[in-house]
Amino acid sequence: MIVADKKPIAEIIAAVGDKRRLLVLGCNECVTVCEAGGKKEAGILASALRLYFLNQGEEAKVDEITLERQCDHEYLEEIRDVIDRYDAVISLACGVGVQFTAEKYQAMPVLPGVNTCFMGATEKRGLWTERCQGCGQCILARTGGICPVSRCAKRLFNGPCGGSSKGACEIDKEVDCAWQLIIDRLTALGRMDDYEEIFPIKDWSTDRAGGPRKVVREDVQS
Amino acid sequence: MAYPSSIKIVRVPCTGKVDVIHILHAFEKGADGVYAVGCLEGECHFNQGNFRARKRIAQAQQILEELGIGGQRAQMYNLSSSEGPRFAEYAIEMDQRIRDLGPNPIKRMRRSQHSQKGLHP
Repeated sequence: MIVADKKPIAEIIAAVGDKRRLLVLGCNECVTVCEAGGKKEAGILASALRLYFLNQGEEAKVDEITLERQCDHEYLEEIRDVIDRYDAVISLACGVGVQFTAEKYQAMPVLPGVNTCFMGATEKRGLWTERCQGCGQCILARTGGICPVSRCAKRLFNGPCGGSSKGACEIDKEVDCAWQLIIDRLTALGRMDDYEEIFPIKDWSTDRAGGPRKVVREDVQS
Repeated sequence: MAYPSSIKIVRVPCTGKVDVIHILHAFEKGADGVYAVGCLEGECHFNQGNFRARKRIAQAQQILEELGIGGQRAQMYNLSSSEGPRFAEYAIEMDQRIRDLGPNPIKRMRRSQHSQKGLHP
């Protein structure tokens, strides 16, 4: 899933500026799971903003709605009838949702309420870690299911660098060396012969280096 | 075992039911302070309820502090169900804490908004 983290309320208040009719727009997908922008967080932020404006002696209207997703036209259509009642939308979706909402409602300022961080997994409640960078050319079959693109600080493809020490990365002792993990996993799978095979130079044009990307699937288009 | 009449009790099945949003809503409605009284730590019938409540009270404190309302207006206490006198003791302590802090500042703002409009608060 896409992992996001909450923005400080002060930053959101600063971004709101002089707008006083606000819609806090939560998203029921990834940001709900990582507890940054779901229905619960939308309610808390809306309540906090109402309290803030009351404490400032200002009248404000702050409502909250949580959509199933903000990255699909059909769900964003659900707010078409009410969006004109507001001066700005604070979207608690990932950057995709914020942008898609802004694209759909051109005249409406759409402000981000979370910081979108990465594609990751829930290791335990309150701990999410990166697992994928969407490089567009998955090599997990060869690396025992552990990704050196997202988990190696240097994105190395042919074994660890000299900074690997006791299974940890040189950037931080708390960060696992991805290549140590790969070697351990290939050993467990009895596939260490694969490790000896040299990876060819990776084509990074499917990564961000190739500019904004898209997936076209004519077979499912209507 | 008298406790201050300023305190309104909201019963919940476990303090683990109390969420940040409930605390914030109470302040929006004009509460001067909110405190949760859970079972003793380690003795929650649902194992984690009072620990969760403590964390949520801490989150609410942080938000209230950021908003300028005052984080100390939200508190967490623990006791066992047989400790009536301690319940009263905590109630008196909380009542005094809030009296020292003064009323919820949003009530003052609301009153001035109402008086500007010639309405009763």
